[in-house]
Amino acid sequence: MTADVHAPELRPLGVDGILVRFARVLSEDANARALSFRSLVADAAITGVTEVASSLVSVRVGFDPERTTREIVTKAISALLDTPTATDLGPRRQWRIPAAFSPAFAPQLQEVATLAGITPAQAIADIEATTVRVIAIGFAPGQPYLGMLPDHWNVPRQSELTEGLPRGALITAVRQLIIWAADAPTGWRHIGQTAFRVYLPETSQPFAFEPGDAVQFQAVSDTDFRAIQQNTDTNGGAICEVLR
Amino acid sequence: MPKLTIHSAGPGLTIQDLGRPGWKAQGLSTGGAADPLALLEGAALLGTNPADAAIEMMGLGGTFSTSEGVRFTLTGAVMQADIDGENAAHNCTHFLPAGAELSIRGAQKGVYGYLRFAGGMTTDPIMDSRATHLTAGIGARLQAGDTLPLGPDPKRMAAPQKLPPSDRFKGGMIRIMPGPQTDFFDQQTQTAFSAMTFLRSAKGNRQGIRLDYEGGDFSTTGGLTHVSDLIVPGDIQITGAGVPYILLAECQTIGGYPRIGSVIPADLPKIAQAAPGTPLRFQFLSLADADTTAQSYDAQLRAITKMCQPIIRDPHDIADLLRYQLISGATPGDDLERP
Repeated sequence: MTADVHAPELRPLGVDGILVRFARVLSEDANARALSFRSLVADAAITGVTEVASSLVSVRVGFDPERTTREIVTKAISALLDTPTATDLGPRRQWRIPAAFSPAFAPQLQEVATLAGITPAQAIADIEATTVRVIAIGFAPGQPYLGMLPDHWNVPRQSELTEGLPRGALITAVRQLIIWAADAPTGWRHIGQTAFRVYLPETSQPFAFEPGDAVQFQAVSDTDFRAIQQNTDTNGGAICEVLR
Repeated sequence: MPKLTIHSAGPGLTIQDLGRPGWKAQGLSTGGAADPLALLEGAALLGTNPADAAIEMMGLGGTFSTSEGVRFTLTGAVMQADIDGENAAHNCTHFLPAGAELSIRGAQKGVYGYLRFAGGMTTDPIMDSRATHLTAGIGARLQAGDTLPLGPDPKRMAAPQKLPPSDRFKGGMIRIMPGPQTDFFDQQTQTAFSAMTFLRSAKGNRQGIRLDYEGGDFSTTGGLTHVSDLIVPGDIQITGAGVPYILLAECQTIGGYPRIGSVIPADLPKIAQAAPGTPLRFQFLSLADADTTAQSYDAQLRAITKMCQPIIRDPHDIADLLRYQLISGATPGDDLERP
């Protein structure tokens, strides 16, 4: 890891929030620290803290100004930052999600493989072999940013935006994968398809993922994938194992 | 239970309440009314639960009737309205008799008008809220022909109330606070931003509004691509082309554009209610000063409730005096129709 290790920055984010930023550029180290710190703050149950959310490199601690003050919450956060708990406990849950990678379901896989200097078969093998983590959730409800793929997957976003990607599309840029859930154009490339719904607003557990979850993709044939699409008893054939 | 029928609807009608706080970590912004103050005004006038859902009308209203008589208010953007041809004033409680037609026209001042019935909308909640969140796929725009359930009016006999007109529809000076990326902009750029008069662009929706301006350059120093980070409503994003956008209730939870500052919640209704072309200027507050402006919805409701005044009507001003139940004077007059 290159040296991007400096003291976390504490900044206001709204009259009822404090942002703890671990880095100004994305690194696996900064992301791991953000994910760990989010759990740490949530578990600490600080009086007046209402909500703890993490992004790629930061954590926002929301508080109720009628029950506490910025100063008190800042002190509590600073104390937690000083505790030696940088060790990542590892994922709490492990997902296995089937995905189809034939050209019909992965229109830009060949293009990405070429940019990464590998064959499409190697690209699929890389995806299957890499356990990625939910490094952030956002842009659309429940939509995970998954990382990181090997270095040769450091493929930039395309300049043209793709419209109308199907829900569950597996898309990639800059060593990350997204299971697409938004209704918006994107510059990420479409390299696979899942039948997985990250967001189920009508259910009691509306969001599939938590930040930090581990995810593995499993390549399936088009025939098997279509059967999975038809089967409404499961969420896209996904299996979730609770590790701790 | 009373039932509401929508006979005609403008294109921006949605059910809104105070939103769904607590899901930022999962990528869902709080959403809810673009102008929550208007929801609180309605609740204060009617004396009902501020968490009840109402109909938000962006720009244009619609025509409505109910199966039972029910009290209602029109707050937020000033929209001319009538009940079967009789004017229904803004910021007042009214009684809509069963079957009468409430007609609400376009906004004369402001952008978001709110039609609140005393019993609230009783559609099925999703994640503890009835607010439509279009970008999250929760709920849908209301349309002509829709029928919706209303709750019973808990205070049918309450005396009519009014609120003084609000001055939040004309833009002007908006207070902003520093955020995590304010120092990505050099001091000169921050000063220029404070000196500029912007106009609310024609481009805007529940996610945010764009600002137009002439001259000036508000791009960040270094021109680096910043890592996407958490955002909150009120944040002023500056795109790579230097165009400012102010985020509103239905914004995303993570954004990649740098933010020069954040409109304090107390002034955000002025942004939501600024019609296209409205001038807007920005004044940076210190963090300490910004924090003193934080006020819970409960505290805001208490303050608004104190401003409510009973409506005392002179019989000379009532054109249709005989339509009123004059014997007891205190009933809405539809008692026999009720089960």
